[in-house]
Amino acid sequence: MMTKPTDSALTASRLNESAKMTSHRQWVHVVDNFFQSRWKGLSVAIPYVWLVIFFLVPFFIVLKISFAESLIASPPFSSLFEWSEDAALKMTLIFDNFAYLWEDDLYVKTYLNSVKISTISTILCLLIGYPMAYAIVRASGTMKYLLLLMVILPFWTSFLLRVYAWMGILADQGTLNSFLIWAGIIDQPIRMMYSEFAVYIGIVYSYLPFMILPLYANLEKLDLTLHEAASDLGAHPITVFFTVTLPLTIPGIIAGGLLVFIPATGEFVIPDLLGGGNVLMIGRVLYDEFNSNHDWPVAAAVAIALLILLVIPMMLYQHAQSRQINN
Amino acid sequence: MPKKRSTFLLSVLCFGMAFLYIPMFLLIVYSFNYSKIVSVWGGLSTRWYTSLFESEEIWSALMLSLKIAIVNATFATLLGTLAGLALARFRYFRGRTLFTGMISAPLVMPEVITGLSLLLLFITLGDLIGWPEKRGITTITIAHITFSLAYVAVIIESRLSGIGETLEEAALDLGAKPLRVMIDITLPLLAPGMLAGWLLAFTLSLDDLVIASFVSGPGSSTLPMLIYSRVKLGLKPDINALATMIILAVAIGVLIAGWILIRQQKQRQRDAQLAGTE
Repeated sequence: MMTKPTDSALTASRLNESAKMTSHRQWVHVVDNFFQSRWKGLSVAIPYVWLVIFFLVPFFIVLKISFAESLIASPPFSSLFEWSEDAALKMTLIFDNFAYLWEDDLYVKTYLNSVKISTISTILCLLIGYPMAYAIVRASGTMKYLLLLMVILPFWTSFLLRVYAWMGILADQGTLNSFLIWAGIIDQPIRMMYSEFAVYIGIVYSYLPFMILPLYANLEKLDLTLHEAASDLGAHPITVFFTVTLPLTIPGIIAGGLLVFIPATGEFVIPDLLGGGNVLMIGRVLYDEFNSNHDWPVAAAVAIALLILLVIPMMLYQHAQSRQINN
Repeated sequence: MPKKRSTFLLSVLCFGMAFLYIPMFLLIVYSFNYSKIVSVWGGLSTRWYTSLFESEEIWSALMLSLKIAIVNATFATLLGTLAGLALARFRYFRGRTLFTGMISAPLVMPEVITGLSLLLLFITLGDLIGWPEKRGITTITIAHITFSLAYVAVIIESRLSGIGETLEEAALDLGAKPLRVMIDITLPLLAPGMLAGWLLAFTLSLDDLVIASFVSGPGSSTLPMLIYSRVKLGLKPDINALATMIILAVAIGVLIAGWILIRQQKQRQRDAQLAGTE
């Protein structure tokens, strides 16, 4: 036996130390492993939970309140779920709010008017935006970037202030009337503010960049040899445009059109500032129902009805968007 | 190309640009108008700028808006980058369809609906768990993060699909662990996208009126809310002065960004030419 007791004690302490280190290493390893295997789940979970709490749940609350009864209380609506005596959750659905929307002419008219205004505005944006996008695509080098910047710049400035700018132009004593009188075209100022005309101008002005940018992205990717081929085969430029260019840019037209149509339908600021009380649009009615009339259940029902109206365009947009990203 | 069509395109382009810029130009011109009635010219003056700088109400609204915008942009960029990464790089995870829907819906959701639903959420939460006690800066910031993060996620997702996965695959083939690849390869490639997302989230927040008016409480008016309450009743010359300042700030920012972009583009072209001649 060569080993002395001191030696064995030394070995033991060494063993102990190395065991400690292993356990420390193991611990680091466990944490490391956890992150290596879980970080994907964690990085999805954080935005996921956020969106469920602050985006999905609120919709169910709106849906719930749209079926509630209006009360003069705080909060001003009846409870939808009630615990009855045998502790079963009883649910009372009241369709009165929706029936009210349907029976009251005002709401149906407002819906139809919103759709009319946003459809016409979308077409106007397309008629102005398409040639503009085409011209920008055909511009050369630095000029192209400059023009693109000019289209993007208004998007970064305040939306509210750009609508306000039109209040100054369209007012009775405004720039446009003064100009027309000065030019001798009219004698009396024309009333332009607080009309559908003013709302159209406001929407087209505010949403034109949203139409131009998707169209630009689409036109930019077009294969110009197709045009050359068509021209070489003797097609008239107008024929080339309608048979080659236009069909190839339909995805851009759809994306741009939906980006104008959807927000324009629910628009609040433009009809409120430029349309006044004369122009019925659903976004403004919802806002007033909630903030002035304090009829929350009806406001919630208006919101749900607006959502039903927009759900198909919104799904179309999502479909177009995911297809574009996959390409 | 036939000349006739070019003239048509050029004239529509000029008309469109005039349509976009004349209103802003007039807004600026009338901010230097002495007259109290905005649309009647009463001589050159900077009195509205003086009254703007002296208005405490506007300053405190601006500070509130900036605070919300900065916090919003930072959180929205963090959450939106994670969401964009998930959409572009993690093919399969549970509830992916719902996630995609929740990312793209806020982009097109009418503001009145988002505002109303968030307000009802805050009220319900306040009743159930006592938070938030009162609405104001916190609730506005949360509302802004919710819609801004969707915009950031879309920017990040499209940038990631633009970059492609070759670099990441190369690193993985060389034995790097996925998390290392994410930190050393993917995130640096994403930095410009994250910057763009931050700026967009910042602007969206600074610009929002409808959602903020729904979820704000008494005493917390953001700048757009203050502007709205003033112009609702008609034209206000000091708002013209404020608009001029905002337009100038944005124009300078966009011009600098554009200048950098164009320079990069030229550099790339030069590099490509050099590579071609060698």
